[in-house]
This record gives sequence, C-alpha cells and structure tokens, in this order.
Amino acid sequence: MSEQEVKNLEEIFEARIARDEKIEPKDWMPEKYRKTHIRQISQHAHSEIVGMLPEGNWISRAPSLRRKVALLAKVQDEAGHGLYLYSACETLGISRDELYDQLHTGKAKYSSIFNYPTVTWADMGAIGWLVDGAAIINQVPLCSTSYGPYARAMIRVCKEESFHQRQGFEIMLKLANGTPEQKDMAQDALNRWWWPSLMMLGPTDAESVHTAQSMKWKLKRKTNDELRQQFIDQTVPQADLLGLTIPDPDLKWNEETGHYDFGEIDWDEFWQVVKGYGPSNKKRMKDRVGAWEEGAWVRDAAMAYAEKKEKRKNDIKRAI
Amino acid sequence: MINNSTTDTNSLPLGEMSEGQRGNLYNYILGIADNSLILGQRLGELCGHGPSLETDIAETNISLDLFGQVRSYFQYAAQISGDDAATEDTIAFLRLERQYKNVLLVEQPNTDFGYVIVRQFLFDAYHLLFLRELEKSNDQTLLAIAKKSVKEVSYHWRFSSDWIRRLGDGTQESHERVQEAVTDLWMYTDELFHQTEADQAMIAEGVGVDTAALKEIYYKMVSEVLEEATLEVPENKYFHKGGKQGIHSEHMGYILSDMQYMQRTYPNMEW
Repeated sequence: MSEQEVKNLEEIFEARIARDEKIEPKDWMPEKYRKTHIRQISQHAHSEIVGMLPEGNWISRAPSLRRKVALLAKVQDEAGHGLYLYSACETLGISRDELYDQLHTGKAKYSSIFNYPTVTWADMGAIGWLVDGAAIINQVPLCSTSYGPYARAMIRVCKEESFHQRQGFEIMLKLANGTPEQKDMAQDALNRWWWPSLMMLGPTDAESVHTAQSMKWKLKRKTNDELRQQFIDQTVPQADLLGLTIPDPDLKWNEETGHYDFGEIDWDEFWQVVKGYGPSNKKRMKDRVGAWEEGAWVRDAAMAYAEKKEKRKNDIKRAI
Repeated sequence: MINNSTTDTNSLPLGEMSEGQRGNLYNYILGIADNSLILGQRLGELCGHGPSLETDIAETNISLDLFGQVRSYFQYAAQISGDDAATEDTIAFLRLERQYKNVLLVEQPNTDFGYVIVRQFLFDAYHLLFLRELEKSNDQTLLAIAKKSVKEVSYHWRFSSDWIRRLGDGTQESHERVQEAVTDLWMYTDELFHQTEADQAMIAEGVGVDTAALKEIYYKMVSEVLEEATLEVPENKYFHKGGKQGIHSEHMGYILSDMQYMQRTYPNMEW
C-alpha cells in the first residue's frame, strides 16, 4: 500500500470515529490504534485478574456466610471481566498466552492499586467503595469508546462494578455504625486506601503521555485530573455520610470553583509502586506466575486429551 | 431462603418433637452441611490461583453453590436448635473443632489441581446420589433444599468427572499425578457411608437417607469414570474414619483458625 493510500484510509478511519461509528475487528485500522488498544485493554484485563488476589486474601476469613458468598461472587465477577476483556483483546490479533506472557515478564502493567496489601476486613469495604468507585469513573466513558468489542465488554463490566461499589459501601456502613473497634477498622482502611485511590486515576495531565491521542480515539473522554476531581467531589459526601474522616487536612469545599480543593498527592510513592517497588508487587507477581507455572501440566493434559478425542472421532469416521 | 413456618413444612411439627428427635434432626442437618462448608472453604482458598481463568471461575462457582446450600441448612438448623441466639453464623463459625461433623475427605488440602479434582470427584459422586435420595425426604425443608441443590451438584459432578477424564487420559505426567491423588484420597471414601446415631434415627423417621444403600452404586459410578480415564481403581483394605464423630485430621484446626478468625477476634459483632 502506498503512503498516500494509507493516509486516505486513515482519514476515512478518523472520520468514522468522529461520527461515533464503532470500529470492528475486521475493519482496517492504523497500526498505532491496534497497539494502543492492545495495551489498554490488556492492562485492564490484567488489572482484573491481579485484582482478584488482594480480595481473594479475605475469602477464607470473611466474617459471616453472607459476606463470604458476596465476596466470592465479587471475585468471580472479576475473573469474568478478565475473561471478556482478554477476548476483546484477542480480536486485535494477539493470543491470551502472549498477553499472559507480557504480564508475567513485567512487560505489561496492571493497576497499581492492587500492589497494596489487604490487612483487615474493612479493606474489602474500602476497595469496593473507593477502588471500584474510581474504576467506574474511569470506565463509564469507555462504554462509548470507538472500538466495538471493548465498548460492549465495558457495558457489562460497568454494571457489575456499580453493584460492587454499593456492596463495598454497605460493608463500610455496617462498620461505621458498629462497635468502636469496627469504626476504627473502617477509618484505618479509609486512611490507607484514600491516596492510592486518587493515584489510581493516573498521573497529572502534565505528566500523562497518552492523553491527547486517547481522547481522539475516545479511549478517554476526560483528563486524569478531571476524573480525579469528579471522584473526590463524589466521594467526600459519602465519607460524611459514613461519619469517617478523609485523611487530607487540606480538603475543603471551594465555593468559587464548585469543587473540593485537596492536598498534594505523593507522586514519588505512585512512581515507586508503578515501577515495581510497592508493598505487594512481588507477592502479586509471584502468585500469578506461580499459578500459571503450576498449572502448566493441567493445561497440557487438557490439550492432549482434546487431541486424542478428536483423533478417535476421526478414526471412527474413517472406519465407517 | 428457607421457609420460616416450620410447623406446616415438617413431617413432625417442631412443637411436637421430643428433645431427642430435635437433637437428632439438628445433628443430622449439621452432618450434611458441614461437608459443604468445609469443602466450600477449601475451594475458596484457591480463588485466583487456578491453572486457567476458566477453572478458576468454575471452582469459585462450586464454592459459591456449596456455601449457598450451607446457608439454607444452617438457617433451618438454627430454627430447630432450641437456642434463640443460634444463627447460621453461630453454627458455622462458633463451634469447637470436635463439634464439626464433616468427613475427612473434604478437609484434605489443595495439594495440586489433581488432588483438588479428585477430592471433588469423590465427593460429588456421593453428594449427587445422596441428594437424589434426600429429595424423597419426609422433611419438607430438607426436600426443598435437596431439590435446589441437586441441579447444582449435577453440574459439579460433570465438571469433576470431565476433568478426571482429561487428566487421566491426558499426558503421562497428568496421568501419574491424578493416579497418585486417587490412590491417596481413596482411603477417605468409605467414611462417606458410615452412619451416626443421628443418621440412623433420621433414616428410621423417613427423613434421612440410607447411605448404606448407596455404597455399591457409588463405587460403580466412580470406577466407571476412572476406568474410562485409564486410571486404576484402588483396592484398599483399610480406610480412614473419624470426621463424622468430630475427630479430624491435623488440617482441620488450620481451616477453622482461618474461617473463625473474625468471629473469634471480634465476638458478638455484626458484619
């Protein structure tokens, strides 16, 4: 294809996106579009499956049968999200095994928030309320993103995420209205998860390298800073309702802007965790890689069995 | 959720049950439910660590089904316990180890996927046969739970027996690994058919399942799949027992210290 032809195709492609048309797997797309989408969708899928680990940590210790069942169901939903996101990603011409390999070798990233440990039961509430809350803010705009399979996967993901968020808030509410020990547990969880949740919405706009292009392709509708502000504005009244204090002495309502002002985010901590030196990065990767390696003989067996079965079927057909 | 109006759902209205009958029914229910509780707990430990996303989802699903069944059984047990403070959670979380009545099979550890599948397979076959009989119980509440559970457990059985075939007739390595698990766990199968006093009393009332009558078909069902999977059916002379009497393996204390952690550390709180 000549340079001019590619240019023409690109123009048609960009015009389709501008008209809010969906791009489907068999449509022509610029290589950069494909790569950016593989990166973002796989990062999202990896976040779902690594995200199973910090919550999975509390399944065996959930305080009641009802909570245990709800937590199991939630973690299972996350596995399901991982599954449809990997499938969406595969439509871009990459296999799930290749994607896993990128995760396991550290080439692909996942959401840094999952590199923090879950140390009390209240963390199950805080994750649902804050982490899923921040995720929803990030993800709702993706329901109308330009790549069809991703947009459709996100519609389902978002529905389930809002349910998780309500569930998390409900855990916090029960604790906040409970005994002094329970209330302390809730406050402590908020103290630990607040700042990482703000960081989860990504570096400040000045530092964000992907924003401009992503906006054009509708992979992003608002900048990181706008999303962060939206999250804070939405969450502060919820913390008030719980009777908990957000651990930011600079947090206050600004009449003029109609938003909350907030304190300085510790970006050194953010980059430390992103670069692999957070409190649980090593543990998360060890668990993922361990599960994958220990499961190799099982996956090999399934393949071998399927081949044998197929062969037997063909042998019978031939005999007939 | 179990119907609260017990008077019209039981063969014998609660008020008319003797202390002894009530105690037997209570113990009988726990004997059934504890198996699901402990196996559900074991499967819950695996979440996020399966050999593939699909098996991870399936194992969590089975765990969820089992805990759902446990809740129905324990809500019923709480009603007939004669203790106003009893709830599904006090029964699940606040007993002493010696008071748990699950068979030894379900508390065996998640050594590897082979052991997980064989444990599941050996239990599912029993569980399915058991529930098909419990569907005929004189006790309407147990009958209702059985009707709902049998659908779930048919799926569990399909999942575990399919995996037995894959692993047994897969690669040399998977064959050897799964054979080892079958050989190791076989010695826990006989206990499934042991009957406690409560079991016998409930069988006599037409409430309980005569498990002795299921034994032959169980071994036939299990052996057929093993043979199809090119695995050897063990010929054990000796079997382990004790779980039903509350004498568990050394694993059990650790399972409970995890499971009871919150309730023991923060007593009398709501979650």
